[in-house]
Amino acid sequence: MSDATRPAAVPDDSVPSGAAVIAALKRCGIGIVVSLPDIVTSDGLLWPISRDPELRLVRVCKEDEGVSICAGLAYTGTRSVLLIQHTGLFDSLNALRAIAVEYGAPVCMIVGLQGMEPDREPPESARYGVRVVAPVLDAMGIEHARLSRASDVARIEPAFERAWSRSRPFAFLVGRPPR
Amino acid sequence: MMRRDDCLKVLARHHRDQIVVPVYQAAFEWMVIRPHPLTYLGVGAMGQASSHALGLALGRPDRQVLVLDGDGSLLMNLGTLVTIAQAAPRNLVHFVCQNDCYEANGGHPIPGADRVSFAGFARAAGWAGVHEFSELPDFEARIGAVLAAPGPTFVTLRVVPGEPYPQDFDALHDAARRAAFREALARG
Repeated sequence: MSDATRPAAVPDDSVPSGAAVIAALKRCGIGIVVSLPDIVTSDGLLWPISRDPELRLVRVCKEDEGVSICAGLAYTGTRSVLLIQHTGLFDSLNALRAIAVEYGAPVCMIVGLQGMEPDREPPESARYGVRVVAPVLDAMGIEHARLSRASDVARIEPAFERAWSRSRPFAFLVGRPPR
Repeated sequence: MMRRDDCLKVLARHHRDQIVVPVYQAAFEWMVIRPHPLTYLGVGAMGQASSHALGLALGRPDRQVLVLDGDGSLLMNLGTLVTIAQAAPRNLVHFVCQNDCYEANGGHPIPGADRVSFAGFARAAGWAGVHEFSELPDFEARIGAVLAAPGPTFVTLRVVPGEPYPQDFDALHDAARRAAFREALARG
């Protein structure tokens, strides 16, 4: 088959590209990533970030430390992102409540949904811990969006820019491991 | 044993343009002893002060950051000692006022009161400098050198309460003070 007759390549939208996510973070002006390892984003995001000379990785022992570190950085005008697992998000609810919501700190998060079934959306997950992430964030008034498909990567810059301009937190929920 | 407000008065004499991140009792006293726009009061609760300070220190390496933590607070976030040692900001000094009790919450003893060594934790975590003071003249004589040394530096202050200070929670949570801090930091 010649090129002229070959069907146009259909972009694979099934999962986001880790490289594309990292590029979007850099376009946002993010230079610091604060993280505790998450199995969903480990290979596609955290390992590449750890080797990227343009990004400083701050490894934390508990996720609520990360909420506070990102808040402190924001006061200095330094943009950062918190890369964690949804279990760590739940462990950080008091820090998010006080620091990000009540004190209005622009804590930008990428949260892996551990155990999320790849063929479902989070509200339909059979796993209680995954299913309740979005309702808990809704109850706390924390805006969030899905980051499970390649096309979702385009949402990163506008969402994080809005978080910084309004000084409010934002969470991307990753349901499929980035490639 | 030293009075906490006496320690803070000594520290205030060495305060120039450092960012200060105080917690609860130390915050109530510092706001009176050394009122200054570079006092960061947005730490929330549950031991988060030093984590905020790490963010501030990484974001502003040109400026020293002093944390005035409590022992009960630090116990809620002990991993911070490992995180800060790993990140190794040269401009961060973490003071913990050890009075062996939850002074802001009824005076109940902390777990490990009279037994736990916070300086020991910091030393084991790999901090660049670790100090412990229980006598005011010793603290007065050495604090200048402690602040001048490259960090991260950890300092235990063995204290008892001093004069009563107003527990001004409204000031602690005042959005205008957080805005003033942000503006003061942006100015230079």
